[in-house]
Amino acid sequence: MSVLTPTMTSPEAAGARRALLERLHDWVVTVDHKRLGIMYVVAGFGFLVIAGAEATMMRVQLAWPGLHVVSPETFNRLFTMHGTTMVFLFGIPVVFGFGNYLVPLMIGARDLAFPRLNAFGFWAFLFGGLLLHFSVIGGDGLYGAGSAPAVGWFAYAPLTGRAFTPGNATDYWNLSILVTGIGTIATAVNLVTTTLTMRGPGMTLGRLPIFVWVMLTVSAMTLVILPPLSAAQIMLLLDRYLGAHFFDTQAGGSAVMWQHFFWFFGHPEVYVLMLPGFGFVSEIIPVFSRKVIFGYATIVAATVSIGAVSLSVWAHHMFAVGMGAPLNSFFALSTMLIAVPTGIKIFNWLATMYGGSLRFETPMLFCCAFLFQFLCAGLTGVMLGVAPFNWQLTDTYFVVAHFHFVLVGSLLFTIFAAIYYWFPKVTGRMLSERLGRWHFWLLVIGFNMTFITMHGQGVLGMPRRIYTYQADRGWEIWNLVTTLGVPLQIVAVLLFVVNVIVSLRSGQRAGDDPWDAWTLEWATTSPPPPYNFETVPVTTSRRPLWDLKHPDDPDGPHE
Amino acid sequence: MSASSVSSAVGGTGGGAALAPPRTQWKGRIGILGLIVAEISLFAVFVVAYLFYIGKSVNGPYPAEVLELPVVGTVCLLSSSLSVALGAGALKRGHVGLSGIWLLATVALGATFLAGTAKEWYRLIYSHGLTIGTNLFGTTFYPLVGLHASHVIIGLFMLGLCSVLAWAGALRSVHGERVEIVSWYWHFVDAVWVVVFTVVYVIGR
Repeated sequence: MSVLTPTMTSPEAAGARRALLERLHDWVVTVDHKRLGIMYVVAGFGFLVIAGAEATMMRVQLAWPGLHVVSPETFNRLFTMHGTTMVFLFGIPVVFGFGNYLVPLMIGARDLAFPRLNAFGFWAFLFGGLLLHFSVIGGDGLYGAGSAPAVGWFAYAPLTGRAFTPGNATDYWNLSILVTGIGTIATAVNLVTTTLTMRGPGMTLGRLPIFVWVMLTVSAMTLVILPPLSAAQIMLLLDRYLGAHFFDTQAGGSAVMWQHFFWFFGHPEVYVLMLPGFGFVSEIIPVFSRKVIFGYATIVAATVSIGAVSLSVWAHHMFAVGMGAPLNSFFALSTMLIAVPTGIKIFNWLATMYGGSLRFETPMLFCCAFLFQFLCAGLTGVMLGVAPFNWQLTDTYFVVAHFHFVLVGSLLFTIFAAIYYWFPKVTGRMLSERLGRWHFWLLVIGFNMTFITMHGQGVLGMPRRIYTYQADRGWEIWNLVTTLGVPLQIVAVLLFVVNVIVSLRSGQRAGDDPWDAWTLEWATTSPPPPYNFETVPVTTSRRPLWDLKHPDDPDGPHE
Repeated sequence: MSASSVSSAVGGTGGGAALAPPRTQWKGRIGILGLIVAEISLFAVFVVAYLFYIGKSVNGPYPAEVLELPVVGTVCLLSSSLSVALGAGALKRGHVGLSGIWLLATVALGATFLAGTAKEWYRLIYSHGLTIGTNLFGTTFYPLVGLHASHVIIGLFMLGLCSVLAWAGALRSVHGERVEIVSWYWHFVDAVWVVVFTVVYVIGR
């Protein structure tokens, strides 16, 4: 081949190919936080498409009673892969990808504290994601049973025991999440260290952008909550391969212990995902309201308290296990307690908008929808925190509706807001406002069609994870509307993809600071140079770029 | 010295802005502390599992019948915290040879501890027939003690590397911070042993 190449292709084509290879090579060996951040988000969206396709197949199967679009076994694999992918391969990487890209820029640093560790974290995540999806073809194992894992994203014992899930499918789930977890821990160490030690001149902790406070909080939380999941997964591995009895009830082990370990990770994990969403909103709403954030200190305090309290709410996933009244009461109360700092934030955002000159561009539209949808998510969350109410609705579609209002209606919406907001910085081009509006409205309508109705099925008693149902339960019309919302969301996401591709090629040039914003990432060029800042700007208040633009009226005296 | 002079120079040009001193010299220490927090969390789950399963084995051998206090190993491991601190301190003051001696002593003490663990496991497996699959005691004992032992092995590897570099003359006092970071990890491994010892050999017996 190498001998033939010079004679077969023109020098220009060979040069172009070499340039492409070199560019690819640059991306593979990069340790630049911006490139790694972009790769995190792009890979995350790749997994979003896969997990979305899985969700679509489930919704088609459930659209009408008695359908047999997929087999029951396939259905189990679909919800397992959908949940696992969305949490570990979409939510975490996208959130940490944004942290990767934005934290150094926002604090006036040239990179993260440990750039090579950062690259390791990304590649560990990507390897874990590919390993999980390799199970689809490689999971058959010695017993010939199973392909993709089918134990749910929570992988409850004793279902994960060798007796119930022979083959290797469960081990793919176990090992791939263990690997991505190690990558996430590495990135969390990196972000904590960066925030504490790499801040530019004048960037005191009291002047950090809220998003950086949020990433500091969730990284610190990650250090505490992810290793327990890894530990539990090591135990599961020992159970499955060396005949240990951690979760083996026959030998006196405890299946409930897995639930405790898993949810000690699993619930704070929801906040690890959602707090960065709050961070996006706290950056975007002030800029599009032309006001400083209302109650900076309160939001920071609320963020840190959510992080702290979230470590003591995990067993509200386990009210139906039979923990007894004292534990149920404790976890019900702590769950309601965590609603307080969360509610405070909603009032902060509303107060920021109050009296501002609002600009309803696409990022702001997504933030507004977030406010409504997150309020619903929070209210159903408090309802489910009431133990007796939870007993009634546990494992029904009401729960599914609740956490999709959190993870789609709130997290995904804030991620889209963030992409519309920071895309100009990352690429130098604006996303199309017109396509953005179509994307927004289709997603709002589609999302609410799908997930508001799910509350209805849930209250009518439809259990989660069933593959089909009988016609006489009164669930048909609810399920049909739920499924009909899906195409709207698919079109919305397709429009978003089109918007990204078109805007990358021919979008309007953004300039350094298209939104007239105030944080340091807008002080450098779009896209930023590899070293971020020629001279790191001196921070004199919480809105350093405002101070640079308005030296006659700096923020400092007003803080 | 140079760091503080840079910070005062920057402070002079800042025009009254409240400038923080550069903190980048702390990043290695903050990084290892972050790792240690994560490791504490990892060990905590194995400790909780051990405590939860004490007395729940449905068949023997039970801890009281087979476990002996690892006195020699414990003394060695705990005193190695002192030797590693002396080694890191000597390097900072520029005594590379002395530092190498202390680091080597640390490796020797850690290796003695590990040999004790190996002997204990050999005895448990071949004399008492206790494996990870025998009962809940074995299920929780080997992973907890083994997780700690694996950390000892990693520490020995890093300390061994440091002492070899010291003997080869490649280690200089500018590397003091890096050796100090390794020593922090080693102190952590020691502290975990205090917990494991208490849980396994005192409470669990």
